[in-house]
Amino acid sequence: MAHSVPANQKWWSGGKSPFNVEYGKLMMWYFLMSDAFTFGAFLISYGTVRFSSNSWPDPNFVFKSFPFAGHANLPLVFVSLMTFILIVSSVTMVLAVHEGHRGNKKGVIKWMLWTIIGGFAFLGCQAWEWTHLYHENAWWGRNPFPNADGTIASSNFSNFFFTITGFHGFHVFSGVVINIIVTIMAWKGVFERRGHYLMIEKIGLYWHFVDLVWVFVFLFFYLV
Amino acid sequence: MEHQTFGGEVTIPHEAPTADSRKKIFKTTLLLSVITIIELGIGYLLYATNFSEMVDLMFKGTVIILSFAKAFYIVSIFMHLGEEVRNLIMTIIVPLLLFVWFIIAFLWDGDSWKNLRNEYKPLDPVKHEQSSHSSHGAEKH
Repeated sequence: MAHSVPANQKWWSGGKSPFNVEYGKLMMWYFLMSDAFTFGAFLISYGTVRFSSNSWPDPNFVFKSFPFAGHANLPLVFVSLMTFILIVSSVTMVLAVHEGHRGNKKGVIKWMLWTIIGGFAFLGCQAWEWTHLYHENAWWGRNPFPNADGTIASSNFSNFFFTITGFHGFHVFSGVVINIIVTIMAWKGVFERRGHYLMIEKIGLYWHFVDLVWVFVFLFFYLV
Repeated sequence: MEHQTFGGEVTIPHEAPTADSRKKIFKTTLLLSVITIIELGIGYLLYATNFSEMVDLMFKGTVIILSFAKAFYIVSIFMHLGEEVRNLIMTIIVPLLLFVWFIIAFLWDGDSWKNLRNEYKPLDPVKHEQSSHSSHGAEKH
């Protein structure tokens, strides 16, 4: 709890926001909660189909490539890079939010730019991975990778992989677009005139959520 | 009492960020990185070795628990949910408890589907009809 909230504060007695957040930020939280259900439904349906299959393609066999590494067998390396890119861009976003609390326009713009670069780097990685898999003949409706037990796999694997990472990638993309918009607004002094950088906090929540979803996509598609 | 107003909404501001909160961010970053490295380590271990299915499942369970720890740190520190008032925390967390049912029910269903399909032996339609016919007849006499 924040120390500045006095003890025995009567939140519901009127005249103040009972949740002690501004309307837009509260609604961002509720949007993210509903989005969590959407991603959850996707991931759980993936789990259901995987549990209903006798065998499933081995992620270490499918995701073993790295750009410019030719045919080297490098399982988990590329996705580790993607994971760290997203964690780092989450950190630069928190730093932007903190500079916003201080009202430091220059700091906000600096950290927002780093966050945008991180977002583009992640999208670039994903584009490379999709292209690579596409050239290996994996796409919606077709799956060249065998099951871990050597039997021929159905296209369930590629269908779920492209749908869920695609939906997540779309979130990253819209996050980057919104990040660019608010950075331009910060640069133009819009938030300075408003007297607060709450907009940065709201887009920050969204950006962290995207990172949060990746934790689970990474876990269920690449690790287990 | 110090307070802020946004469009007529009165809120009490959170503590202004200090050098301390910056330190907290870097500590959390370090923690998230370390957890990720441990997860990757387990991933490589599972790839490089050939454990029994039981040990495999234990390691996978560990990775899943570690991921939930990561989720907790992202939400409570990076998204500052830990600093919000309790009522707000509850309106976010309580609906998400639906996931407990959601996960158990659907994975259970998937597993049962697999077992049913593996055990299913289609009956020979001709024999099936004959046997049901004869048993029907036997009942009659």
